[in-house]
Amino acid sequence: MLIINLVGLGLIALIIWWFWLYKPEVTQLDENNSQSELTIIVEDGTYQPANISIAENKPVTLTFIRKDASPCAGTVLFPELEMSGELPLNKPFVVSLPAMTKGQYAFHCQMKMYSGNIVVE
Amino acid sequence: MNSSIATANINAQELIIEDASCASCVAKIEKALQSIAGVDSAEMNLALRTVVVTGEVKQDTLIKAIASVGYKAKSANQTSDEELLDEKEIAEQKYYKKLMLQMWVGLGLGIPLMVYSLLGGPMTVNSNLERTIWLIIGLICAAVMYFAGKHFYIGAYKSFVNHSANMDTLIALGTGTAWLYSIVIVINPTIVPEMARHVYFEATAMIIGLINLGLALEVKARGRTSEAIKRLIGLQAKTARVIREVQGKKQDLDIPIEQVVLNDAVRVRPGERLPVDGTVLEGETAIDESMLTGEPMPVKKSLGDEVVAGTINKTGSIIFKATRVGKDTALAQIINMVKRAQNSKPPIGRLADVISGYFVPVIMIIAVVSAMVWLNFGPEPTIAFAVVSATTVLIIACPCALGLATPMSVMVGVGKAAEAGVLIRNGEALQTSSKITAMVLDKTGTITLGAPKVTDINVVNALDENSILSLVASLETSSEHPLAQAIVETANDKALALSKVDKFHAITGQGVQGVVDNKQLFFGNAKLMKEQGVSLTASVITTAQQMASEAKTPMYFAVNGELAAIIAVSDPIKDDSISAIQRLKDNGIRVVMLTGDNQATAKAVADKVGITEFFAEVLPEDKSSKIAELQHQGEIVGMTGDGINDAPALALANVGFAIGTGTDVAIESADITLMRGSLHGLADAIAVSKATLTNIKQNLIGAFMYNVAGVPFAAGILYPFFGLLLSPVIAGAAMAFSSLTVVSNANRLRFFKPQEH
Repeated sequence: MLIINLVGLGLIALIIWWFWLYKPEVTQLDENNSQSELTIIVEDGTYQPANISIAENKPVTLTFIRKDASPCAGTVLFPELEMSGELPLNKPFVVSLPAMTKGQYAFHCQMKMYSGNIVVE
Repeated sequence: MNSSIATANINAQELIIEDASCASCVAKIEKALQSIAGVDSAEMNLALRTVVVTGEVKQDTLIKAIASVGYKAKSANQTSDEELLDEKEIAEQKYYKKLMLQMWVGLGLGIPLMVYSLLGGPMTVNSNLERTIWLIIGLICAAVMYFAGKHFYIGAYKSFVNHSANMDTLIALGTGTAWLYSIVIVINPTIVPEMARHVYFEATAMIIGLINLGLALEVKARGRTSEAIKRLIGLQAKTARVIREVQGKKQDLDIPIEQVVLNDAVRVRPGERLPVDGTVLEGETAIDESMLTGEPMPVKKSLGDEVVAGTINKTGSIIFKATRVGKDTALAQIINMVKRAQNSKPPIGRLADVISGYFVPVIMIIAVVSAMVWLNFGPEPTIAFAVVSATTVLIIACPCALGLATPMSVMVGVGKAAEAGVLIRNGEALQTSSKITAMVLDKTGTITLGAPKVTDINVVNALDENSILSLVASLETSSEHPLAQAIVETANDKALALSKVDKFHAITGQGVQGVVDNKQLFFGNAKLMKEQGVSLTASVITTAQQMASEAKTPMYFAVNGELAAIIAVSDPIKDDSISAIQRLKDNGIRVVMLTGDNQATAKAVADKVGITEFFAEVLPEDKSSKIAELQHQGEIVGMTGDGINDAPALALANVGFAIGTGTDVAIESADITLMRGSLHGLADAIAVSKATLTNIKQNLIGAFMYNVAGVPFAAGILYPFFGLLLSPVIAGAAMAFSSLTVVSNANRLRFFKPQEH
């Protein structure tokens, strides 16, 4: 019984660590090179990549390619920037983000089940 | 042209040259294009202003080359809103069919198994025969999971490796746990006590079937939430008839609307829809603008009048000059704004957003805790109870309902408002306008038509009426005040000659002064006369007061220091201002009028429309302080004005309403734009926002209650008291229908009608 309880507690700890404490890998659009474009694939409940880091005061272009037919994947919102877009299926959709100040900018679907984050540094 | 065709056939590209007008342009452009490496051929059609380029070259390169010889080009292959919408509908239809098939596959296995179990058939593994049969069923179930539920498992895996969790995670974990437990029992029954040798293949198959059904119905219901935007997009004409020169001769050409360029002459016959915005060059007609403004009466148009895309030409044939095309037309901007607003969230939805972010992992933890509690304290067979409760908790939780609660209602509400000619800027404006307690109305152009007319010229000295009018009109030609325009128009109507004005000066809140024909002129209110030392006799003042009590604005005109006339200008009250203001008052809203006019005129207008609280002689810059004053009293203040002179007051108010005249909309200047002049739009806006907010609250409360109450039930909280434990199949059905309920409730808003007027 003790083992089962320990396994249960371990599972809970794992859930907390995996989903909340773990720092996910960040795709950098770094300041040194001139890259200001990134393609994000919308498929199977995720944005790939979902965590993006960009330089301060630099406009960037994100191209979303939606491969998921579920209507959940159809809308992408940038609440902090008051921007949104309807993603067509299997076709590139370009979102031009303005130059942003330092901070976190989320992007997600209407229900927040697809979610991503832009860190401006 | 369909863009998928364009992508497929990359070798031929079509571009529209916006400003090419002569044969020499053709040669220049063709030459510039042909000189690019990779271009095989470039052929231009001057009449259509299109150029078709073959060869493997990026479109950007072509556009740059054309720009280098001095022309603007754009792609002819841009997908229109309508095409995008069609594609979306086709994709959704396909997705719906797929989900329905997956539903039948899931239920095809689940229902017979469930019926068997309900009829008392043993779902246990106690003999070798049972083991074999259940093994076969377990493998069929795995095949069903693969065919009908693959998307849940792949989605769950992908988001798991991304350190995120969503609805797929819950479904995959729930059904996965049930199946895995069952198959382990089948393979090795002895690892659990005899009582616990129960299989749950029916639950797995049923849950997958039911959730697919829920998703399919949700797809259908979601489609209906975007009806309003579909209607607006449907207003866009597909082709336009332009008059262009072809080989030296003017000809009518039917072209796709993407190819219409600025300054094209466009011909529209009765019954046709206007393709772009413009100004009338020839002809007279009446145009039905109701689809954009909600104004039912057709509007007369003749030379110089503005016309807008999407409206319908009723009576006559006209030719108009295109002034705004493509994404710049009022209709395109309206569509854009409605789309943007539909996707913006009012503050009330933010809590749900925060919760959704943590929801799934929290449910996973609750499932583990629940299983542990059963294992530690539950009755035998504890392991079976633990599996059932964990599965049920995972399946019943529905982050979707919570996430959908706000956006679905906003979609429908904002669309509904647009149908009534009310453009809501964002979710915040929607929410705040549902709470407005005081509404400030500017008088001129809001309560009144904003088109004043000269009603009286009361001459008090030797000059005759026409000379007075001619002098005042000469003085006022430099003024932008609406009253000044009324005077100039009256002088023009009488064909009076106007003279040049010198030393013109406008004195804020008083009037104007200047020198015309060597005469020093002052024109304005009593304050101006007093400051300039012009004496006003008692009878003159009585006349002015009489005019003011008739809701006219009396103004004094002095020549060389002596009063020459009292001129009264009156701005008629809009037909339905009285009933609209009554509607606002019936809603418990405090209505306040602001005007720069004098006290007596203001009172006369206020009395007529039933307003008891008003501020007269308010300088434009003081309008905001009146708003601040009301806010200080604890009111949530809406301010309605024309959006141009009232910009600071509109900005300061909790919600700024810009009132449009026809389709001349001040889209960017206010929180809410009323496309037609009627104040009923205001009452409609408030009614729609209240209905939407109520709908959002119902959705949020429903979704919260469902998740908060459903999860403890699923965990088995009733078991100690009543011996009841929820079946995972019921949980699957409940989850599938919870988000459908939210979407359907939002759809109810489609039938909302603002009060008849």
